[in-house]
Amino acid sequence: MKIRTKLGPYFYILPALIVVLVFRTLPILSSFTASFTDYDIGGFHGFVGFANYARMLSDARFWQSVLNTVFFVLGVVPAGLLIPLFLAMLLRRKLAGKSFYRTIYFLPVVTSAVAISVVWTWLYNPEAGPINQIITALGGEPLLWLREPRGIFEMMLSPLGIHPKGVLAGPSLALVSLMIVSVWKSTGYNTVLFLAGLENIDESYYEAAKLDGAGVWGTFRHITWPLLSPTTYYVLIMSTIVSFKTFALVYVMTPPPGGGPLGTTNVMVFYLFQKAFDRFDIGYASAISVFLFLILLSLTIVQRRIAGKRVYYS
Amino acid sequence: MMPVNPKTAAMSITKHFFLILGGIVMLLPFLWMVNTSLQQGGLGNYVEAWTKVPFGTYFLNTLFVTLLTVAGVLVTASLAAYSFATMKYRGRNFLFLLFLSTMMVPQPVYLAPSYVILAKLGWINTYMALIIPWTTNVFSIFLLRQHFKTIPRTLYEAAILDGCGRLKYLWKVVLPLSKPVIVTVILFNIIGSWNSFMWPLVVTHSENLRVLQVGLSYFNQEQSSNFELLMAASTFSTIPLVILFLFVQKRIVASYTRSGIKD
Repeated sequence: MKIRTKLGPYFYILPALIVVLVFRTLPILSSFTASFTDYDIGGFHGFVGFANYARMLSDARFWQSVLNTVFFVLGVVPAGLLIPLFLAMLLRRKLAGKSFYRTIYFLPVVTSAVAISVVWTWLYNPEAGPINQIITALGGEPLLWLREPRGIFEMMLSPLGIHPKGVLAGPSLALVSLMIVSVWKSTGYNTVLFLAGLENIDESYYEAAKLDGAGVWGTFRHITWPLLSPTTYYVLIMSTIVSFKTFALVYVMTPPPGGGPLGTTNVMVFYLFQKAFDRFDIGYASAISVFLFLILLSLTIVQRRIAGKRVYYS
Repeated sequence: MMPVNPKTAAMSITKHFFLILGGIVMLLPFLWMVNTSLQQGGLGNYVEAWTKVPFGTYFLNTLFVTLLTVAGVLVTASLAAYSFATMKYRGRNFLFLLFLSTMMVPQPVYLAPSYVILAKLGWINTYMALIIPWTTNVFSIFLLRQHFKTIPRTLYEAAILDGCGRLKYLWKVVLPLSKPVIVTVILFNIIGSWNSFMWPLVVTHSENLRVLQVGLSYFNQEQSSNFELLMAASTFSTIPLVILFLFVQKRIVASYTRSGIKD
């Protein structure tokens, strides 16, 4: 009887623990150790120290994937913050049709990334897709969208005779097309988060501001923005992580082998996927995984540091 | 009726203008999808897409995997959460942190080693690979634990005095008191399982094991210029979750928010 009570709790936790240990902890730790090994289709060939990391440093495709990921995150995160914040500000308080709007905005969130990608591939189709048809009907020049390797700054500035090169050319239109879909898909989720955050702000603050004669902008700056900061901070971290993880959109809309036109949509997760499962280069793919994880970890720490000073918890 | 203030009316019109604009942007891709799917062949496109590749099999696979995964999560997560929330034992906090720490690492990071582990188990290209690794979910454990902790301990003591066992107490008292959280857990895991793509893409190869998302992605590559068929396939792949969403819309939105803002 006594033994039963002592061991009892462990029986409750055991099923979950086995799954967590075998399919989470073990592979997570393995990706660290595997990054120091030569492990490919032929199996394990021994430890190689930092060779995989050294290879990363001189791998142009890898750095391209880092740059593309940075572009992607820098594009998606601010847009995915500002648009939902704006929509949530409109939706707060009593408003006719509020739940109707919310339902519509939320639809892309629950729809699978694969189906959404198939649909947007068609919308972006240069020859027959609806987007180019609208542009042509309005008298504009049709674009190549997902097949356009040129950077958007290059495209915008070249009519003026300016030809930015390299990083300055900006993300390719193909990558920007993916960013648009990503923002479109996450808008509803972030709007709902902001809405919940806004509804948590006590109405008395606004009444006080009104008595003080504060305008719309003043109220936003001094009341809404600081009091909303925990939500903003959470949305910021979540969208950063989600953007770094983006895979299905890239894989379906700009399918392998390329990673988009001239590799311009080749983001880090896509690249590590290719190394791991097309080449079965597990060692090298693991080094990329570790690098990805360290970036995410340090971003979270940095964001927490910065936010720690600014976030206002009431 | 309150007198209508012209300033408020103008404000409200401006609000609706932007909200409708946003709504159009959100809906248009779906409308185009359905519209294109009905071009040329009409409803026949649906039949053709459905029969061209075994979408029936893909659906059944997804359904099967989703059902077993969700059932697994419910069992393992409520047992684990129950022990974390109500029992005192050595290593409890350590185990809880160990569980939580796995949430910090995104799936792509450990995908390659997971494949190797599955290969060693001989599970590559089996239902086991699709189901077993997802029969628990740390986030669900976390949600359930938070809720179980709010149930007063006096209830437990009273039940024990009445000769109720610990497992029976979980089943008869704790779970019935936790229905909203359980619904959240179920919905979350249904959506997650139904939409998961990267994992099934990696761990299965044969066509008869393909889940819906993987099947749709291959169909997209094979029929890349046959837009009517692609849109028909996208439509029937999306419909089940859209219907689920429309039925339990409030619950789903609330679940997402609950997960977002932790107390």
